[in-house]
Amino acid sequence: MMRKRRMGLTVAALAAATMLAACSTDGSVSPSATGDASAPPPAETQASGGEWFDQAVFDEQFEQRSATFEGDPETPWLQYIDGPMTDTAEWASDEPMRVCFANASISNPWRQTGFITMQQQLAALQESGVIESMEVRDAGDDDNTQIADIDFFIAQGDCDVYIISPNSTAALTPAVDRACETGKPVIVFDRGVDTDCATTFIHPIGGYAWGIDTAEFLIDNLEPGSNIVALRILPGVDVLEHRWAAAERLLTEAGMTVDDHFTGADPTEIKSIITDALSAGEVHGVWMDAGDGAVAAIEAFEDAGAELPVMTGEDEMSFLRAWDERGMTALAPVYSNFQWRTPLLAVEMIANGEPVPTEWVLPQEPIEEDERADALAANEGMPDGHYARFGGEDLPGFPEAWQDR
Amino acid sequence: MSAVVGARPVRRRRLSTTAIVFIVLAAVLVLSAVLVTAAGKPFFTAGNLAAVLTLMSILGFVAIGQTLVIIAGSLDLSVPYVVSTASIIGAGVMAQGPAGIVPGVLAALAVSAGIGAVNGLIVTGLRVHGFIATLGVGLIISGWLGTSFQGSFGSAPPEFRVIGATLIAGVPLSTIIMLACAALAALLLHRTRLGHHLYAVGGSASVARLSGVRTKVPVVVAHALCSMLAGLAGLLLLARTSVGSPTIGSQGGYDLMSIAAVVLGGTLLAGGVGSVLGTIGGVAIFAVLDNVMSVLEVNPFLKDFIRGSVIVLAVALYAWRSVQRRPPRFRPGKEAAP
Amino acid sequence: MIATAQRSLGQRFLSGLATPSGAVFVLLVVLLIGVIAMNPNFAEPGQLVRFLSRTAPIAIAAIGQFFVIVSGEFDLSMGAVIATQVVIAGNVIGQDEAMILRGIALMLAVGVVVGVVNGLLTTVAKVPSFIATLGMMLALYGFVRFLTGGAATGNPVDSFREIGRGALFGVVPYPVLILLAVGLLAWLVMRAPFGQTLLAVGDNPVTARLAGTRLVLVKTSAFVLSSLAATVAGILLVGYAGVHPSVGQGYEFQAITAVVLGGAVLGGGRGWVLSAAAGAISLELLFTLLNIAGIDATWRPTVQGAIIIAAVALGAVAWRSARKPKPSRPAGATGPAGTASIPTTTTRSGER
Repeated sequence: MMRKRRMGLTVAALAAATMLAACSTDGSVSPSATGDASAPPPAETQASGGEWFDQAVFDEQFEQRSATFEGDPETPWLQYIDGPMTDTAEWASDEPMRVCFANASISNPWRQTGFITMQQQLAALQESGVIESMEVRDAGDDDNTQIADIDFFIAQGDCDVYIISPNSTAALTPAVDRACETGKPVIVFDRGVDTDCATTFIHPIGGYAWGIDTAEFLIDNLEPGSNIVALRILPGVDVLEHRWAAAERLLTEAGMTVDDHFTGADPTEIKSIITDALSAGEVHGVWMDAGDGAVAAIEAFEDAGAELPVMTGEDEMSFLRAWDERGMTALAPVYSNFQWRTPLLAVEMIANGEPVPTEWVLPQEPIEEDERADALAANEGMPDGHYARFGGEDLPGFPEAWQDR
Repeated sequence: MSAVVGARPVRRRRLSTTAIVFIVLAAVLVLSAVLVTAAGKPFFTAGNLAAVLTLMSILGFVAIGQTLVIIAGSLDLSVPYVVSTASIIGAGVMAQGPAGIVPGVLAALAVSAGIGAVNGLIVTGLRVHGFIATLGVGLIISGWLGTSFQGSFGSAPPEFRVIGATLIAGVPLSTIIMLACAALAALLLHRTRLGHHLYAVGGSASVARLSGVRTKVPVVVAHALCSMLAGLAGLLLLARTSVGSPTIGSQGGYDLMSIAAVVLGGTLLAGGVGSVLGTIGGVAIFAVLDNVMSVLEVNPFLKDFIRGSVIVLAVALYAWRSVQRRPPRFRPGKEAAP
Repeated sequence: MIATAQRSLGQRFLSGLATPSGAVFVLLVVLLIGVIAMNPNFAEPGQLVRFLSRTAPIAIAAIGQFFVIVSGEFDLSMGAVIATQVVIAGNVIGQDEAMILRGIALMLAVGVVVGVVNGLLTTVAKVPSFIATLGMMLALYGFVRFLTGGAATGNPVDSFREIGRGALFGVVPYPVLILLAVGLLAWLVMRAPFGQTLLAVGDNPVTARLAGTRLVLVKTSAFVLSSLAATVAGILLVGYAGVHPSVGQGYEFQAITAVVLGGAVLGGGRGWVLSAAAGAISLELLFTLLNIAGIDATWRPTVQGAIIIAAVALGAVAWRSARKPKPSRPAGATGPAGTASIPTTTTRSGER
């Protein structure tokens, strides 16, 4: 509690401190920059040890789940919740833009699907003359590499706009600040950073909303006191921790017995965990912080001859198909994969000098049972690692680009 | 006495291998420049060179330490977790402000050295193979990190972060510190009794022991120094990222990559033969390779394929040369039996 | 080694238990009792068989790794081989039953090629196996993911997955049968002249070579056995769990740990092949125990690390004490200073 209060008090100071600090730690400055390093000391950025839950953000995302989104529901990747806008008139240009994209990685199916969508969107915008080129640097899940990538883009001085998909929140903050200092537009998406210097920060509603949707589904479909196994990929990633923080809070409050495990998304691990849980007693519900590997969990129940659980997975095709084949009671929460299109569409808006939402909150609607058949039909022929809400149906390469990986 | 005599033929071969390392590095540089220029992009720009040197410095610290341990005949798989631990401890102490910098650095290095000493004691005292000992210690630390820190922790004051962002004549300060550490390590290896003992113990522990060398001390010291250097890498990462991170070490894959860099630098994995200079060359080869693949936007998956192939080809080249040079001997390259 | 010495059965049993290769069976029983004490359901035959079934892949991998380790080398490419085979199963066999046999043939061929390349790199090109197989690991992971864009298209047809998921007459899981078959084969291989040569090569390559051993052939065969074992593990895993790029990841370290837990000495020359399988099963029992005990998921690596170190440290003591009363060992000069660490070498030369 102490730490949380102190955190709250220092959040504002921290933002200021990191901004000031960034001035003196610019990768291209000479050592004389130490001169203005008298900024106030930044405090802890994030608490450790299971303190991911933040009531204010929880409440905000709880509301956002039922918020009205501006724009056409047919193109959800352009929808946003009404709020402050960033003026982009100064960057308006008729020349095609050179985009520099610092990507965290393409090391999981969700990012692979999104990156394909992004490349198809790029092709479309190159066709229409909005974008000249996009230079991509892939950090391979390493903060240090991504910082070097961003610093290289800055030093090269060849970028009209920066797109950054941060590998982690706090560690990438100074580098994003440096990109902002170049005066060029900076677009951050997916995971966030601890600075609001970006022109726009694009993300679906968020992890708490995922946690609330999934927990409410399990609570509605299970008796209090039911045993729920939570399968989590790995600790320490904000978008995943928030999902669990919200779900754990609600499930525990509803009197459920929850047991959480880290799986690394490895189906072997998932299957063993469920098998062990089943050998120790009944399992009524399975909660996942990402659907990757969900099929292994379902098969563990089948192999043990146990009744299939009430389950929440994700909009990954493997899960939707398994859910459909077995007729389980399930929900597919969505961490909108179509957000990978939005950064490039934001570049188009910036080139046109149109204002963009400063915090661009995209819709994030779980797939419920009555929507499943449509989702499956719309994505027929896609590989198991594909995500139903990828939002690329109207792009030129559809469907081959997503089918032939 | 005989340890020193035993080290002599070893040194002659070491010099020549180091020369090959730098010839390979030069070849990689030329090839990279050609490829990048052919792709219509600049290679020898200040920004790009700074990027290469920055990439070098972090892996460099770890690889220098790994060199010491490998020369002594052991190896260290716990380095990624030591890197993370140092970044966490440094950030935790420094969160109080600039006054915390010195205590933070000292605390991080002390804890790192302590972990290294434990590694060394398990290897020498409990007679557990370095592979298993450091794998186990790495697991122990990773459990602690994963339980106690679920996200970034603490912070580094701007005065400390300057280290990660300052360039002196186009060379990152971090690279200069790394090269200074390399020089110190080279001095230790070649100019001190402890250094000679490291070679002797790594070459053949039994011969070293019969020659009156206390075989345990050099191994423990090498492990402690290795972990301290990994701690320095963690502190440098802290300066770059501004926060402590429990996963920053494993993100970089510094365990296997540092061992690969050391061997790429001509050090024998079996122990007893090797040099810090060669290691710096090996690290540079990696950094240039990674950089050129980034510039050319090589598919991230294909990067691993190229890395793996280069490691094997380069090491095969060294081994082929040393075999060529010693045809009549019974000793195959890697079994350094006396 | 101990088990193959020419002594009476009873003597062999008792003195065998005192060696690390025997002690792992004691560890296995203790862990099993621990698991059953905490979860009596586990003692049901059905549960036990299912448990054995799921440990089959890692046990088979450990058996494969054993051949390499006992010859004085490492195989770090095992996990990547498993991942490769899993992806081949997903993409080549896919939903076409007619492709099953051809798919399996292709997987075995890939396994043999990887093993031969590892072996030749180590023996002919003189690249230390740690580096050769590390390079192979990176190259395989990278190449397969490059070809598939990160992941296979989906699970292969169910009839193929039955190998890793099904059971004979619905009672005995196929993985258990395959594990028993692999174990028996491995035991026969180690009793055959080849096995003895392998131990000799690991114990002292110089004398082995002087005695006329063809190091290239022997060590390359060990690497082939290792990647074939990884291939079999891959076939079982794709049945058990399905296709995912992370399947097999970390298996190389798990397998090495299991082999060492089974009393084999890194650096070669010592160990019993079935103890490697027992080491793998013990490791899985340990994970199950931690799981049932409700130990925080994040603390599990710590316990695992501590137990590995403790087991190997005790093993080092046990080897020394077990070997003391037997001065009749052939004086084999110094052990391979090669991959063995200093302390091991010191101990050995000290004894002799």
